[in-house]
Amino acid sequence: MYTSPLREPLIRGNKNYKQVTDDILAPMAGTPSIYWYIGISIAGLGLLFGAWATYITVFYGIGEWGTNKTVGWAWDITNFVWWVGIGHAGTFISAILLLFRQKWRTSINRSAEAMTLIAVMCAGFFPLIHMGRLLLGFFIFPYPNTRLLWVNFNSPLLWDVFAISTYFLVSLIFWYVGLIPDLGTVRDRAKTKIRKAIYGFLSFGWTGSARHWSRHETVSLILAGLAAPLVLSVHTIVSFDFATSVIPGWHTTIFPPYFVSGAVFSGFAMVLTLMIISRKALNLEDYITVNHIESMNKIIILTGSIVGIAYLTEFFMAWYSGVEFETYAFFNRAFGPYAWAYWIMMTCNVITPQLFWFKKIRRSVLFTFIISIFVNIGMWFERFVIVVTSLHRDYLPSSWTMYRPTIVEVGLYVGTFGLFFTLFLLFIRVFPVIAIAEVKGVLKSSGEKTKTTGHE
Amino acid sequence: MNKYITAYYMDEEDLMKGLRQMKAKGLKISDVLTPFPVHGIDKVLEIPRSRLTRVGFIAGAVGAAVAFGFQAWVFTIDYPLNFGGKPFFSVPSFIPVTFELTVLFAAFAMVIAFLITNKLSPGAKPLIHDERCTDDRFLVVVKVDDDSSDESISQIKLALAEAGAEGILLKA
Repeated sequence: MYTSPLREPLIRGNKNYKQVTDDILAPMAGTPSIYWYIGISIAGLGLLFGAWATYITVFYGIGEWGTNKTVGWAWDITNFVWWVGIGHAGTFISAILLLFRQKWRTSINRSAEAMTLIAVMCAGFFPLIHMGRLLLGFFIFPYPNTRLLWVNFNSPLLWDVFAISTYFLVSLIFWYVGLIPDLGTVRDRAKTKIRKAIYGFLSFGWTGSARHWSRHETVSLILAGLAAPLVLSVHTIVSFDFATSVIPGWHTTIFPPYFVSGAVFSGFAMVLTLMIISRKALNLEDYITVNHIESMNKIIILTGSIVGIAYLTEFFMAWYSGVEFETYAFFNRAFGPYAWAYWIMMTCNVITPQLFWFKKIRRSVLFTFIISIFVNIGMWFERFVIVVTSLHRDYLPSSWTMYRPTIVEVGLYVGTFGLFFTLFLLFIRVFPVIAIAEVKGVLKSSGEKTKTTGHE
Repeated sequence: MNKYITAYYMDEEDLMKGLRQMKAKGLKISDVLTPFPVHGIDKVLEIPRSRLTRVGFIAGAVGAAVAFGFQAWVFTIDYPLNFGGKPFFSVPSFIPVTFELTVLFAAFAMVIAFLITNKLSPGAKPLIHDERCTDDRFLVVVKVDDDSSDESISQIKLALAEAGAEGILLKA
């Protein structure tokens, strides 16, 4: 008998298939706990604040915001890029890690993908509301119209429309195809007639036939293959919004890879924040173990370091280019009136993740939770620094100005948090939070049972 | 009306061993219902490789052609507009939309084809042999004709029992 000394089991506690089903479906059964009600009440309050801010913005217009002639893009675009970035971790986990055959992803991919979908909804809200006249929002789509005009296919903002909507739709079907077998499980275990009917409808009549599984695996693999370049393209195109402009500090060729790694970095931080809370609250600590947290932390070190190098490269290039405006833009970032934002970004994104080189910290749930929050804050400030500090002192010193958000902008941002947590809390009650079938598939090869009996 | 004989296993390794025995005896297995994809089952049941990948490829190619063709048509034939002196037929700036629509078409076509070939749809009423086979049972289903003799039925049952399957049932 040989017991592998290298890897610990992915799923702890000698589970059989029935226990896996029972454990994962437990959060959906019965009435929600008091914490769930507290959570959804707070999220609901945030949503109400956001609804008020949306009302003010739609009724009175963008003038209610702190944006001005010089700083035309501020919190809204910062929040947009931040939320889209957060969404990237879900697709990264479910698509890229599937292609690399990382079995540990099975415990977290379902909820990370749900997080992606919700985050993209939150993100999409900001460009929409920034249009000012929401009723004309459909003008962004190329359709035959009485104005006899098409959209501008040369504009990165239009590419964004296609990138974000494709990303949302493809993530949605990828997520749902993965859900179908698990919804079949929920249907077959439903006790009441109504529940059976609802999940019967949602599960599309899944039975678990070997032929269906064969096609299911093919579809999942190819969808992963499609989603992997898609996720890289989305933040690349988001970075084009900046990179194709002629604003010093934006006009940079390293933006696409820098934005993509920043997105994965912030996304993993958000997955960690959510998972650390939910594994405790939903009693799923046997499924989302310290090993999962450690694996995610390793990705955080990698992407965090790429982001750090990107910051330094930008600075070097600003000096090396010899362009006066470019040099000033970066000098102003680090030592100008918004220097505090820059140094928050540097500390949170470049220094704190380096603590994960220590194994003790990497495997500590508390430290990971704290650092994940730091990364979320840091990545928000990164976008703030890129958007606002590049704009507020432009080519013409007479139009130099400062930007500060109004309560309405704060309300919109808090509102998206409300939306995010409301939908996430509903998700954990309605759908299985862990991909049951996928976990069962890796149980034998990576469960505790095989490790104790060993390979013969 | 078809009749079915079902029997289950509790473990996928036993299932695979049993299926190989049944196959060696020449038993025709209609279907196997499992809670998760069991690798190697395709070979035993002789399930051909899925052609869904071809659907994805064709739809992706159509998506690319539609997106690129449409953008080129809009900017060179239908309504050429001068955007800051850039060329009308500017291939690089058509690439992002072309890529996105390629992915969109391929993904949707594949998922729709997947649902159609599997006869999965919202509200589909499948024949559920055993509710536990989405939980922890691996169910073997053998279809028998209405007019088949009792003798042949008991032969099938015997073959299933010899292959180590449990809970052998005949269902109308």
